[in-house]
Amino acid sequence: MSDTLSTDTRGTPVLRARGLRREYGRQAGLVRAVSGVDLDVAPGETVAIMGPSGCGKSTLLHLLGGLDRPSAGEIWLAGQSLRGLGERRLARLRRDTVGFVFQAFHLMEELTAAENVELPALLAGRSPGAARRQAGELLDRVGLADRARFLPAALSGGQRQRVAVARALVGDPRVVLADEPTGNLDSEATLDVLRLFEDLHVAGQTLVIVTHDARIAATADRLVTMRDGAFTDETRLTGGTAGAGSGLGALAGLEG
Amino acid sequence: MQQEVVLALLAKEPSHGYQLRSWLQQALGPAGDAMNAGQIYVTLSRLEKAGLVSCEQAAGLPDRPDRKVYALTAAGQQRVAAWIADVSWPGPGLAEFHLKLIAAEAARLADPVDIINAQRGELLRQLREAQRAAMAEPHRSAAALLLEGIVLRLQADLRWLETCERNQTVRKDFS
Repeated sequence: MSDTLSTDTRGTPVLRARGLRREYGRQAGLVRAVSGVDLDVAPGETVAIMGPSGCGKSTLLHLLGGLDRPSAGEIWLAGQSLRGLGERRLARLRRDTVGFVFQAFHLMEELTAAENVELPALLAGRSPGAARRQAGELLDRVGLADRARFLPAALSGGQRQRVAVARALVGDPRVVLADEPTGNLDSEATLDVLRLFEDLHVAGQTLVIVTHDARIAATADRLVTMRDGAFTDETRLTGGTAGAGSGLGALAGLEG
Repeated sequence: MQQEVVLALLAKEPSHGYQLRSWLQQALGPAGDAMNAGQIYVTLSRLEKAGLVSCEQAAGLPDRPDRKVYALTAAGQQRVAAWIADVSWPGPGLAEFHLKLIAAEAARLADPVDIINAQRGELLRQLREAQRAAMAEPHRSAAALLLEGIVLRLQADLRWLETCERNQTVRKDFS
């Protein structure tokens, strides 16, 4: 699909990308991980990007969050173009506007849950007292107030991912970018993370989730399908009319 | 036999009953073994009565007992188009969706990948609804258990759609 993906009318995009490309290698070994992606994410919107492994969705997420630089094209985060930003300014913009959640949690194993959440606040220059208070609030928000003093090793997978989400929320980011957030979780833990993302969504948090888990994709307002580095389909999941034969009764085999 | 499947096959070109039957046998494989030999003719005569199909006696071919050629009427064409766009689920079974993809491609009614994408969107909307309902129920309640069953079934259907799409993509790459 080469035309521009539609935007919500709710406001200027929190995240905007135009003509994004990312290539690795050269000549015969050239790999086009991302080839010509346009995207607008409106404030408060949840967008899921789905596709098979190797389709370039993780690379795209890294580009969108400023963790990697595109070979061509431009990205705007909260209205600010990333083009030409030096490493230091890019890092600051990232810290102030983006929260990341990864499949493998990426928690510091030798720090407690609370310390893991405090760390980015301290790095952003907050006082130890303020950082501790905020970590307490965020752990409470993800339902882990009673696990604050636990090391990651003493937590379940779902709990670890919730700590990672709390950490991602530290700078009150304009957008949270999540890469396969349920990829390492069993179905019960997946449900916990689903609930948390739903809560964030209801609270107005803008979310971009890369996944191949249909359960988490189903929580999105909009689903984008990615194949071979490009978007091939876009479907709005909210506000649409449900087709005939849907409805929970019909799905349970009670009517029709 | 699902009437729309037969209509979609006729959208490709007017055909004899036995041609439709062998096409269906090929598309369904062993899953189609249970199909009665006369079923296609019953369906065709119903479609004719409903004005969705017209029938002409073909001349020649003395070795063929079946000389009727069936073709779509305008009303039949409309019915096919509506069926292609329909995303209701669960339908009469997986075979209907499977045949929809094959028939749509054979008769160039629609790109199968577009049909898959539309169906995926509808199933994800249903999954969203079931999941929300499941989360609102008390943990391990009887109601939550039924909803979990719906969620798991939709997930399985979505995985099959993924396989359908991969199959389409692979075939395009080699054609």
